Amino acid sequence: MTSIAAAPHARRKELLAALLRSGSFLTGVIIVLFWIACALFGRHFVPYDPLAEDILDSLAQPSAQHWFGTDPLGRDIFSRFIVGSRDILTVAPLATVLGTLIGTALGLLTGYFRGIVDDVVSRLFEAFMAMPTIIVALLAIVALGTSKTTVIIVIGLAFAPSIARTVRSAVLSERELDYVAAAKLRRENAAHIMFVEILPNVLPPVVVESTVRLSYAIFGVATLSFLGFGLQPPSPDWGLSISANYGMIAGGYWWTVLFDALAIASLVIGVNLIADGLHGALDA
Amino acid sequence: MGCTVRSMPESALRFDRLSVAYRVGGQDRAVLRDLSLKIARGEAYGLVGESGCGKSTVALTAVRYLPRNGRIISGSVALDGADVMRLDKDALRTLRAKTVSMVYQDPGKALNPSIRIGSQVAEVFEVMGLPPAERKTRAFEMLKKVRIADPASVMQRYPHQLSGGMQQRVAIAMALASDPTMLILDEPTTGLDSTVEAEVLDLVTDLRREFGASILFISHNLAVVAKMCDRVGVLYAGMLVEEGPTERIFTAPRHPYTVALLRCLPRGGQRKDQGRLDTIPGILPSPGARLPGCPFAERCAIADARCVSELPPLRDLGGRFARCHYPERAVQLPRATPAEAAVPNVRAIADPVLKIANVSKTYGQGDHRIRAVSDVSLTLMAGETLGLVGESGSGKTTFARMLLGIVPPDPGGRIELDGKPLAPSLGHRTPEQIKAVQIVFQNPDSALNRAHTVARIVGRALRRLAGLRGAELTRRLDGLIEAVRLTPRHLTLRPRQLSGGLKQRVAIARSFAGDPRVVVCDEPTSALDVSVQAAVLNLLAELQSTHAVSYVLISHDLGIVRYLSDRIAVLYLGRIMEIGPSEQVFQGPHHPYTEALLSAVPDLDGTRKSRIRLTGEIPSAANPPSGCVFQSRCPRKLGAICETTEPPLNEATPLHLIRCHIPAAELENLQRRPNSGARDLIRAESS
Amino acid sequence: MVFLGSQVLPGSVALSILGPEADPRSVELLNHQLGVDRPLLVQWFGWIWHFLHGDMGLSYVHQAPVSPMVMQALGYSLKLAAVALLLVVPLGIVGGVVAALKVNRPLDRIISLGGLSATVLPEFVSGIILILVLGIWLHWLPISAAWPNGADPLTQIYYLVLPSLPLVLVLFGYISRMARAGMIEAVESDYTRTAVLKGLTWGQVVWRHVLRNALLPTVTVVVTQAGYLMGGLVVIETLFRYPGIGSLIFTAATQKDFPILESGVFVVGTIFTMTTFLADLSYSVLNPRIRMGTGQ
Repeated sequence: MTSIAAAPHARRKELLAALLRSGSFLTGVIIVLFWIACALFGRHFVPYDPLAEDILDSLAQPSAQHWFGTDPLGRDIFSRFIVGSRDILTVAPLATVLGTLIGTALGLLTGYFRGIVDDVVSRLFEAFMAMPTIIVALLAIVALGTSKTTVIIVIGLAFAPSIARTVRSAVLSERELDYVAAAKLRRENAAHIMFVEILPNVLPPVVVESTVRLSYAIFGVATLSFLGFGLQPPSPDWGLSISANYGMIAGGYWWTVLFDALAIASLVIGVNLIADGLHGALDA
Repeated sequence: MGCTVRSMPESALRFDRLSVAYRVGGQDRAVLRDLSLKIARGEAYGLVGESGCGKSTVALTAVRYLPRNGRIISGSVALDGADVMRLDKDALRTLRAKTVSMVYQDPGKALNPSIRIGSQVAEVFEVMGLPPAERKTRAFEMLKKVRIADPASVMQRYPHQLSGGMQQRVAIAMALASDPTMLILDEPTTGLDSTVEAEVLDLVTDLRREFGASILFISHNLAVVAKMCDRVGVLYAGMLVEEGPTERIFTAPRHPYTVALLRCLPRGGQRKDQGRLDTIPGILPSPGARLPGCPFAERCAIADARCVSELPPLRDLGGRFARCHYPERAVQLPRATPAEAAVPNVRAIADPVLKIANVSKTYGQGDHRIRAVSDVSLTLMAGETLGLVGESGSGKTTFARMLLGIVPPDPGGRIELDGKPLAPSLGHRTPEQIKAVQIVFQNPDSALNRAHTVARIVGRALRRLAGLRGAELTRRLDGLIEAVRLTPRHLTLRPRQLSGGLKQRVAIARSFAGDPRVVVCDEPTSALDVSVQAAVLNLLAELQSTHAVSYVLISHDLGIVRYLSDRIAVLYLGRIMEIGPSEQVFQGPHHPYTEALLSAVPDLDGTRKSRIRLTGEIPSAANPPSGCVFQSRCPRKLGAICETTEPPLNEATPLHLIRCHIPAAELENLQRRPNSGARDLIRAESS
Repeated sequence: MVFLGSQVLPGSVALSILGPEADPRSVELLNHQLGVDRPLLVQWFGWIWHFLHGDMGLSYVHQAPVSPMVMQALGYSLKLAAVALLLVVPLGIVGGVVAALKVNRPLDRIISLGGLSATVLPEFVSGIILILVLGIWLHWLPISAAWPNGADPLTQIYYLVLPSLPLVLVLFGYISRMARAGMIEAVESDYTRTAVLKGLTWGQVVWRHVLRNALLPTVTVVVTQAGYLMGGLVVIETLFRYPGIGSLIFTAATQKDFPILESGVFVVGTIFTMTTFLADLSYSVLNPRIRMGTGQ
């Protein structure tokens, strides 16, 4: 069945063209690629070791020597700023992938089978989502202790219900379509119908939703780090740095937090712009 | 251009060389091309065309309500002498309030869901400047004029509490309340049941006499337009290709497209064993396609080089017009499909394939029960087609799904396939039984998985149902694809890359993958344009003759049912009201409901006389009338017996059964009696 | 659920209070004192029983009754949430409506993309930037949420504007997007066409026919987002050192002070459930389709 390759190729081309026409998508991609590049190669280019302390040169104002100044331990903020995306860019996407996998599977199961499974799981989701994500995450991390793995699992699980809900509502309308009945009329089993027949058709909303979720995962991980429950020192993570230094802004040491805040802002907005572009292109 | 005649304009609506384009994907795509037409005061003008030809754009341009991406490239529109495009805001508003009204498809959406009917109708009178007290009274009167039985209570209701027919009557009331010069009806009865459609069309005919508005009637249904209009225009690819008095256009068309279109319809009781329907090769040009010559040239059998390169003008042929270089040759358009059909009568070996005995289906539980199908018994012979006819709520789709095993019937009924009992649900049927009963769904967009290619869709069915693998599968796949007149080129495509007709062929190929004994055809052509539906009907007839398969055909289109069916069952509220050989059901004696259905269908040939009309709503299956379920709407009701006792299926002939207290002989008498002819007089007057 | 969550936590409560080096016997003793060694169900019913009587137990850390602490904190939080909602609901709806009426024009793109970006900004990030810009550099707003003792309500609101702005940013995106989508759908609907073709003015059409149908779903979003607000409060109250329920929960979580944590989370959950109920209620009051039953 090699000849089939031509058709999806055309579809992909079309999709790509639509994405490239979308200004917000391109902007988002540029921002995110910049931060990925920084995370991967940043440490080879930064002027100082992001972890090197220099008590004699602490809280230095931005200058030619230290473009973004230094923090209370005398570490170069620019260097930390550049490599600060490293941890969040591994933790947040992994959490999103976890949430998407679990959410998609649950959404397919509950949407396809309906009945009691659906009722029970949906109620549980509702109860779960009744709690603000951040509080749920907080409770879970208090319980499980702080580590990257915990953060990934906690954020991933916290996001699974909302992805499951998106998938479920898409599946609910898909399962009423006649191609599902046609599949039953050739004795396909439930797994085939869910994963081979329905899944490809609900992927577009899943892709959009999980991209949106990625920006919220960054939101969540950064917030947890800020609260002290996420990434731990001495990681140069932005949220962690802000957490350590925000007490001093009233004292005029704005450079210790502003750049990191802007970095987080640019990253979440970048991811969200990509989601917006995908939404527009996949909808059309 | 420029100088407007300021005297009394002779035309109510006038398009002058109008071109409209929609901007899609950064490009202007032409939808209307150089369209000129005039509708005289008091005239009813019909505009017919298939999907995508620009019919609705004509309506929207007339009231200056194009979608945001729509734009008038050139030309002008005049309503009652006023240039619509040049009016300022207030003048446009006054024009909409007083001069023109519009009614469109899907009345449920045309009414505001959160405002009571009374207030919505009263608003029209508010715009006209009437004092608040008077608005409600006028609204009440207006609802009465559209024959709403209980206007006071309807005024208190919200749109969703009314049936589709009622909603459309409210919409018509609002449209006519301002006594407009011009009434635009855009597919006003599409989606309504045929008896309801007949009622709405009658209403429009009557109100037109009362209000004297000019009418622009837009429809894809040629017969409806023929019934309603004095003059008709045929639209193709945004161009008017033919125009003239209705009678002459439909009896002696002069444009090859009109000729071919009329040949596609099964007419005058044509049946599958009398030959195949003609078809139109190719597909409709898509909006925005570049058409240097005649838009129909590439599908036209008499087109030559000149047709391809040079756009023919709309020629005056003496009171009528055709956009063709060779209008005199149009009638001799050769058939695209030879009429002689190799349709051998396979019923010589007639054994029953399916035996259905006392099958019922009840949905819901407790107090809220809906009996969708009630005690249906019938047999289906090998190689025959059984047509199922009935309006919404008649249970025909539920019945079909019970045969397939998708919906399990209530306990007590019995379905047998080749003499062996068939389990009620799919899970309990053997693979042999499952592959024996298959279906062609109504809407191929829903029936075909849009993520899969044609090869995968049909191939998977061959693998699962015929148990084929490897080279054998490929061979059969090619054979099947060829049998439904597709080419191997189509195998790599996905449904969205195919036209509606081609998609339906893929669906048909899939249903034949396991050599079924019975195929349920659920409205197989209703999602298709007229010019492609004939090819699908031919294909179904052909496959039946080569595969000796039986069909259960569900359709609201009696012409199609008559063409394909050997026997017909008429359903109403889940019960068989009449069943018999196709010709006997059509010729009568009929059950009064069948009689109403037959007379509800507007007939292109004008041969059938209107006999009876139904009033009232189709009752809900949750709460059917006592006795005979049809008694609440029956124009031939006898009296108390109809309300107390459900009649049995009586024999009109040994094969033809009618569920009515009136004996068949008397029914025949009643239905033969010369009609008072009042309705025919109306028709004669208006034409 | 919250309760169960806090029960499966490893490391017994006593251990976390007494410290890891504690003598096993005193741990056992304290556990018994706290009642945490009894079977789970017994504990749970006991807890619910007391909770319903307004008794939320004793704080492990402060060795003081939890109820007054939670209630006082809740009062502070509700003030902050109220200011945020007062600001964002009108802004969001107007923003969405304006964007929809100018759909695909520059103003729409600005509102939509702005809202979209604001929605994903973590509160502490926008909070830091706003403190720097509005508080420290421009001196427009006080950077502390702690108003002087005995301040009148207006002054209190003035002090609460800056802390509420990050919440406003997040919610603005949600609300304006819903309002915009609802408006566009309504404007493009057939019934709006009917209304326009009746000859009504555009103002009448929007006011009578569009807004009501368009804003129906938005109402639901506004009300359910009150639940999000409670989560956002954790961060905001920590950032601004504001003594609300968010910072109470946060502190309790860091100190593993379970009675406070449980009660706080329970109160938040209750509020969320109530607002969701309110949302459903308001939706059905406004929507005749539900109010009148489904018709046929």
